[in-house]
Amino acid sequence: MSTLSIDRTSRWFGNVVAVNDITMDIGPGVTGLLGPNGAGKSTLIHMMGGFLAPSNGSVTLDGTRIWRNEQTYRQIGLVPEREGMYDFLTGYEFVLANAELHQLSDPAAAAAEALATVEMEYAQDRRVSTYSKGMRQRVKMASALVHQPSVLLLDEPFNGMDPRQRMQLMELLRKMGDEGRTVLFSSHILEEVEQLASHIEVIVAGRHAASGDFRKIRRLMTDRPHRYLVRSSDDRQLAAALIADPSTAGIELDQAEGALRVQAVDFTRFTALLPRVAREHGIRLYTVSPSDESLESVFSYLVAA
Amino acid sequence: MFNPTVARLTYRALLGRRRALILCALPLLLIVVACAVRAMNGADDQVATQLLGGFALATMVPLIGVIAGTGAIGPEIDDGSVVYLLAKPIKRPSIIFTKLVVATGVTAVFSAVPVFVAGYVLNGNSQQIAVAYTVAALVASVAYSALFLMLGTLTRHAVVIGLVYALIWEALFGSLVEGAKMLSIQQWSLALAEKVAGTGADVTSDVALPAALVLLVVITVGGTILAGQKLRTLTLAGEE
Repeated sequence: MSTLSIDRTSRWFGNVVAVNDITMDIGPGVTGLLGPNGAGKSTLIHMMGGFLAPSNGSVTLDGTRIWRNEQTYRQIGLVPEREGMYDFLTGYEFVLANAELHQLSDPAAAAAEALATVEMEYAQDRRVSTYSKGMRQRVKMASALVHQPSVLLLDEPFNGMDPRQRMQLMELLRKMGDEGRTVLFSSHILEEVEQLASHIEVIVAGRHAASGDFRKIRRLMTDRPHRYLVRSSDDRQLAAALIADPSTAGIELDQAEGALRVQAVDFTRFTALLPRVAREHGIRLYTVSPSDESLESVFSYLVAA
Repeated sequence: MFNPTVARLTYRALLGRRRALILCALPLLLIVVACAVRAMNGADDQVATQLLGGFALATMVPLIGVIAGTGAIGPEIDDGSVVYLLAKPIKRPSIIFTKLVVATGVTAVFSAVPVFVAGYVLNGNSQQIAVAYTVAALVASVAYSALFLMLGTLTRHAVVIGLVYALIWEALFGSLVEGAKMLSIQQWSLALAEKVAGTGADVTSDVALPAALVLLVVITVGGTILAGQKLRTLTLAGEE
């Protein structure tokens, strides 16, 4: 069990601030690092992987500094975004070389096991240069897993993968997280993070915008509109009563659905208002469901904020 | 210090691809020319010195040094694959040391060995000329490898800078400007050749032997240490 700690960390390049005073702890399980392109995700991952010094603050693994400390790589497995990976080797030779570089006692066995984990044995004797994008990604995974690290860092691992490869990798990462490893992956694609990560850290323009599971992130922004689908015994009367309160910004009577679409601006107040109003008017509530708790909407609010 | 896995990856990268062809071309040319000269002129110490000094040591050895020295690390840094070496519990200077050993070995095999062969072909090692230039090529292999390996860690344009140094500074300025010869691996290694060669051979260096030896050690050790330090703080070019 390992925890990555980022403490009041900034990183700037000349006049450009890529990471701005971020503090976060990343513990066991799968964490998604979410943000638009250029938000500072790669910079952050490079600092966590020991390939960039923080300009300010500290980046540590279980209390040990990562920058200029080769020994931390015994715990860290790294899956870089870039494609360069000794294309003249076969998949097996590549993973074996990684195992040897980790000074494992039985590199051949470790390489075989790692290749089995990513289900690449069938192509392990082909040169890396002949691999598809997804195969390369899996061999990179094998090389990162070969020393059984407690921390796995992946920079945009799903880029360029087809849906089937994506699902396989997600399954693998989920398994790693369930085993108690600290798995961190970055992505700018919301549904990837939503599907995979139990915990999300949102980075926008170098700043730490939000943290938590995605419902929590959603609720953190109480001043943002929340949409609900409400079905009741008297939709019209309920609508009239709700709109009278300032916590409700808009209501649509959806005839086709036979339901109300409510847009609330004050989350806390609205959640108290709805049952109270219903009781006062003798209206029965059949359905109250958040209709936009997709990461897409969470994210667009965050970016706009 | 020496890591066999790093060595294996390095020499396979160096000797694979198109690089191996370029590495073979110049030594072959040297030996072919040596054979032709011998066949047409017979054995001649003067011609042997001119060919080994003017072409082999002045042009071939530094060119092969540039290819092997920068090629031992530059492409890996360029395409990002060096991350697989760096993200390991291995001391970064030992990666550089291993790469220096491999680059030196490759440079020596592709430069000192053909120099020795060509020297024997040219005049049968009369006046110790073949041995003298072989020693010079060996010593130059170490120094060039260290210098160009260091360049490979410092800049993406290591090949160009290396070629400019080898061909323009050493070859052109070295023959025109007296002072430039003082800062020339070619001249330093020639000082050794001068010592080894017979007194009748016209092998001369503009640098005294003690100074040459000191400078050779300084460039080799200094370059290696600097490269090791650079690798410890290597920042991989980000995507953002």
